[in-house]
Amino acid sequence: MLGFKLALRNLVGAGLRTWLNVLVLSLSYVVIIYVNGMLHGWDIQAKVDMKNWEIGEGQYWCSGYDPLDPFTLQESHCAFPQEFMPMIQSGEVVPVLVSLASFYPEGRIQSIQLKGIPAGQDLIRIPTASLAGGEGEAIKAVVGRRMAKSNQLKVGDLVTARWRDRNGTFDATDVEIAAIFSCDVPSVDMGQIWIDLDQMQRMLGMPGEATLLIRGDKAPPDLTTAGWVEKDLKILLAEVDELIKTKSFASTVMAMILLALALLAVFDTQVLSIFRRQREIGTQIALGMTRWQVVRLFTLEGAMHAVLAAIVAALYGIPLLAMQARSGIPMPQSTDTMGFAIAEKIFPVYSSGLIVVTIIFILIAATVVSYLPARKISRLNPTEAIKGKIQ
Amino acid sequence: MKESIKIELRDLVKRFPMGTKEFTALKGLSFSVMGGEFAGLVGPSGSGKSTLLNIVGSLDSPSEGSALVLGRDIGRLSHAEAARLRNHHIGFIFQTYNLLPVYTAYENVEFPLLLLRMGSAERKKAVMEALEWVGLAEKVKSRPAQMSGGECQRVAIARAIVKHPELVLADEPTANLDADNSHHILKTMVKINRELGTTFLFATHDEKVIGYLRRIIRLSDGLLHSDNLVEPINGED
Repeated sequence: MLGFKLALRNLVGAGLRTWLNVLVLSLSYVVIIYVNGMLHGWDIQAKVDMKNWEIGEGQYWCSGYDPLDPFTLQESHCAFPQEFMPMIQSGEVVPVLVSLASFYPEGRIQSIQLKGIPAGQDLIRIPTASLAGGEGEAIKAVVGRRMAKSNQLKVGDLVTARWRDRNGTFDATDVEIAAIFSCDVPSVDMGQIWIDLDQMQRMLGMPGEATLLIRGDKAPPDLTTAGWVEKDLKILLAEVDELIKTKSFASTVMAMILLALALLAVFDTQVLSIFRRQREIGTQIALGMTRWQVVRLFTLEGAMHAVLAAIVAALYGIPLLAMQARSGIPMPQSTDTMGFAIAEKIFPVYSSGLIVVTIIFILIAATVVSYLPARKISRLNPTEAIKGKIQ
Repeated sequence: MKESIKIELRDLVKRFPMGTKEFTALKGLSFSVMGGEFAGLVGPSGSGKSTLLNIVGSLDSPSEGSALVLGRDIGRLSHAEAARLRNHHIGFIFQTYNLLPVYTAYENVEFPLLLLRMGSAERKKAVMEALEWVGLAEKVKSRPAQMSGGECQRVAIARAIVKHPELVLADEPTANLDADNSHHILKTMVKINRELGTTFLFATHDEKVIGYLRRIIRLSDGLLHSDNLVEPINGED
């Protein structure tokens, strides 16, 4: 307690020098918590959106299907497995048929993926209810906001689509844009047109077949059937995990640079203090402190920068970060083209673990950088120090 | 009442390394200081006064011989034991006051008591008493930068006596003070010596200080030149 009392007294007495260090160090707390909170929030949001809009609770892929290799699409269609039929009928598993097609918005040709999905499904949030009733001249389709924007599509537009059926024969028809949905998952939006599964199976000559099956949380995850490969969430979200890891590393580097600058300020202050305050150190020893008590006092002074910084950071950081957590962080429009799920706003999530770990980390770092120069005190000659002679 | 021996030096030698050679600052000093004395080590610069005072204050140790201070052999004390001796029994007054710059007068005087882990109420009482002794009770909140040299030295005296030490060591306490302030603080020290029985040992070559001493131990080139009991020229008003 005595050490704390004296250290606090010294810090408060040092005035502006202390508060400048504390302010810089407090920025480290806020930035580290902010950046990690934002990444955590992004991670959660991206995964939730991907589950809601694309992958459900897991998928089964027709063997050979590779979403990153368009050449696999022509052959990657398998008959619904019999053991899945009850779940497909109840909507707990949603089949999706994928095929390459060409699309002619305003006379321009564009390669797209045509995706067939049951009109009545509600497992993922694609507004497939709009696909119902497309038995007239044109096939009803829904597209995402990005797809509509890049092709200047609006609801009610008729666009020609051309595809090859299972025998390699080209066919074409008009597609009517029945709805435009807005979502944060570009992989269900960019270059894709969603139509009714039955319609698409008829167009391709592939009745009762699909490319992938989306599983809901009621469907058991460990069903195995010939020709279908299970893809769990770990695999399906691996890209998001990798991306967050990459972003997290870059942000951690930035935060560490800021922290290093703050710790350098503490270190410099300590080094300067030990040179500048040699007379004070000698006096403290003369008044009855042991050298190691003085070392501890100086180390504690440095460490208490981190404690004061945590308090200062709390004073302005809690309202600031809470406001950001409520209102979200707007993301630039250009992130639409990045190919992964980013909402228009990311809502940071600050876990208590993150806050505690950050505080402990900075506290330990500040203590270490304070102790290193303070060790010199143990070698000071007190009779010289009393006179203020630099040693 | 017979006073006990507070300081007993026997053939005290202190050598310092100087490049490849050694410099002998004290060359075999022997004398004693009794409790309640108001004595001074007097001599020119380089005579060994401060070196001797540092050894007596357990801030340094002898190269040869022995220095018994309050019954402890300084040469045999560990760092912690020496610190304990200073903390409990010795007060220091320095030429340059050596107040802790960020502390107020009150906090400076309080510092030795904090190290003694004295209770809050007892501490406050002792600090205020010490500040009243030196006539600075109204300056409790002033920091060293806000006080004159004389006031700073009076705070240093209060800090030295606040724990009622058996021994106060004063190294050139008036060197940075004008004549009026010098007499003021010396009279204060005489008063403390008389009323509290605190033993004072000065290191000085200031005639103003010498005028208050009751014993003058003259050092010259590390040797004891003379040791005389004297009638103070100045005394307590």
